[in-house]
Amino acid sequence: MPRTLTINGQEISARSDQTILEAAQDANIRIPTLCHLDGLTDVGACRMCLVEVAGASKLLPACTTRVQEGMQVQTDTERLRAYRRQIIELLFAERNHICAVCVANGHCELQNAGIAVGMDHVRYDYLFPKLGVDLSHERFGMDHNRCILCTRCVRACDQLEGAHTIDVMGRGAHSLIVHDMNVPWGEATTCTSCGKCVMACPTGALFKQGSTVAEMVHDAEKLAFLKAARERKVWNV
Amino acid sequence: MSQRIVIDPVTRIEGHAKISIYLDDTGEVSDARFHVVEFRGFEKFCEGRPLGEMAGITARVCGICPVSHLLASAKTGDDIFAVSIPPAAEKLRRLMNLGQIVQSHALSFFHLSSPDLLLGYDSDPAQRNIFGLIARHPDLARSGIRLRQFGQEVIELLGGRKIHPAWAVPGGVREPLTQQNRDYLRSRLPEAFDTTQRALDFFKRYADAHSEEVEHFGNFPTLFMSLVSKDGGRWEHYDGWLRITDSEGNVLVDGFDPRNYAQILGEAVEPWSYLKSPYYKPLGYPGGAYRVGPLARLNVCSSIGTPQADAELTEFRQRGNARGVVTSSFMYHYARLVEILAALERITLLLDDPDILSTRVRASGGINKLHGVGVSEAPRGTLFHDYEVDDRGMIRRVNLIIATGQNNIAMNRTVKQIAQHWIHGATAGVPEGLLNRIEAGIRAFDPCLSCSTHAIGQMPMIVTLVGSDGAVLAEVKRE
Repeated sequence: MPRTLTINGQEISARSDQTILEAAQDANIRIPTLCHLDGLTDVGACRMCLVEVAGASKLLPACTTRVQEGMQVQTDTERLRAYRRQIIELLFAERNHICAVCVANGHCELQNAGIAVGMDHVRYDYLFPKLGVDLSHERFGMDHNRCILCTRCVRACDQLEGAHTIDVMGRGAHSLIVHDMNVPWGEATTCTSCGKCVMACPTGALFKQGSTVAEMVHDAEKLAFLKAARERKVWNV
Repeated sequence: MSQRIVIDPVTRIEGHAKISIYLDDTGEVSDARFHVVEFRGFEKFCEGRPLGEMAGITARVCGICPVSHLLASAKTGDDIFAVSIPPAAEKLRRLMNLGQIVQSHALSFFHLSSPDLLLGYDSDPAQRNIFGLIARHPDLARSGIRLRQFGQEVIELLGGRKIHPAWAVPGGVREPLTQQNRDYLRSRLPEAFDTTQRALDFFKRYADAHSEEVEHFGNFPTLFMSLVSKDGGRWEHYDGWLRITDSEGNVLVDGFDPRNYAQILGEAVEPWSYLKSPYYKPLGYPGGAYRVGPLARLNVCSSIGTPQADAELTEFRQRGNARGVVTSSFMYHYARLVEILAALERITLLLDDPDILSTRVRASGGINKLHGVGVSEAPRGTLFHDYEVDDRGMIRRVNLIIATGQNNIAMNRTVKQIAQHWIHGATAGVPEGLLNRIEAGIRAFDPCLSCSTHAIGQMPMIVTLVGSDGAVLAEVKRE
């Protein structure tokens, strides 16, 4: 039974099992995301896709909220734009994001999001945490300084590769991506070295060893392709 | 009563510095110091970064000569990979370094120093800059700006951008040169040659008419050091052996592998400057003072190896001492112009080389050595990058020896020599034009303090006049 709703005043129809984000995408309405990746389940972690729903007392993440009949959604209000910019500024302030010398410079979803929200400066004090770089894996590296804790790598490893090598430890801003039971990546026995986590990463946190500045291009679209090929036997070549 | 004059900041140089001039009771100059007041920390914060990022990070030391750091860092990476890079990659790196020499030297001569030479040391400070030059000598200013632009274009067409191209990498370079870009660069050469020749003609006439500056702008014996080619000891800018000569033309060190620099070069630290003072170890500090950069390269090399530049080299040496060694730091300007000519001739040769369009430009490699050194000639002199890595390629230790630092002792002597020659009985202060001469003495070296204080900063400049009781009597400051 299809549902009818309005997004930004535009009347659209959607399947009852779709999220607001999926319905918006089908209608070519762009809602900014960071932790969402086509092919992975959504967790509503980054809050970039928060939308206003008429009658709801709080903002709702479009990626994890199902459409309902008669729903009235606003995706691009002044309040939402202010929050989105705030979110991006907080992400930049939380760790050490130095675009100029980053392997993902020019190919980074965080950088693109900063540009999209018009971030010309960060109004919060930078925390400058002292975080490590893990180069123990034969082919890949992990730089926690550039991690935004979106958990796309965690989900890609679990849901697409089935290895569940990657997980999160700690709480809040002190959370860290870990491999197995917090061992160096190169010592994680469950890792298949498939590289899906590297494809999924929105920033330069996960990279191919030996990458030089601005050289690391992620291939996140391949993951949705993999999922479609596996589950629906669809190969878009 | 003795005094101290402070010039702060020193202008038209790359970075932040100040000069203190110490006067005795009769107002004569007793001492002078060149203080570098910025602090940056690259050697520290590179620790813990992957080797692959180092060329990109260290290039950010400087916006004027990022290519020098890029190349020295990539060469250090080659050393750690233990690979020899494809021949075309070396030629392309050389081409970019030559473009960098052209743009950096043109900036130093036309934008920063020619206002002193053409408008006069005592001219109105508000006009004594590139804009004043454009107003009074529009043709020369325009051609100088275009010459620098040509050098920048070489960099941009190879690396994708004029400043901070992340193009040279351990193992080679990331992108080859296209035929279209090669042809465009060729088309720009005749104008570049013409501008350089006119600047050389102008400078030679100027030097002949201003013997007082030539005589007293840092004119003293020191050692000179630069890379020379492995065969024939010719002028070199990218690779080769270290050679050190003295002011009598005697060769003290030759055929020396620059990777072993630590055996012959020491670094002294003075409490009044963030700039370290390297010296030639066998002669100690400060006796082992040496100069690097354009003047040193022309004094040290056996020849340049291209016809027009060699003809200019002959004439350059005729203006030196009995042994053909040019010891006046004022002649750095002259040497810079000869080097632009040499660079243009070599760019011509490289663009004519069919190999320059090869697409085989990057060798792959892993961590095969835990210690690497990369050395090249930056526009301002010999540049050393020295990294230690762990077996995963993580940087453990970094040492950078920058050209400007190696001229530190000579720059201090230059400041003192100019102050002692031009300042007398200065009990009632010193005219601005005289202080500008002192700044100009520093400008002759074209110091890049952003680079040389890579150790952890910022460079406007200050000159302070200090009395014998330590009181500051005068201070010239420019923001």
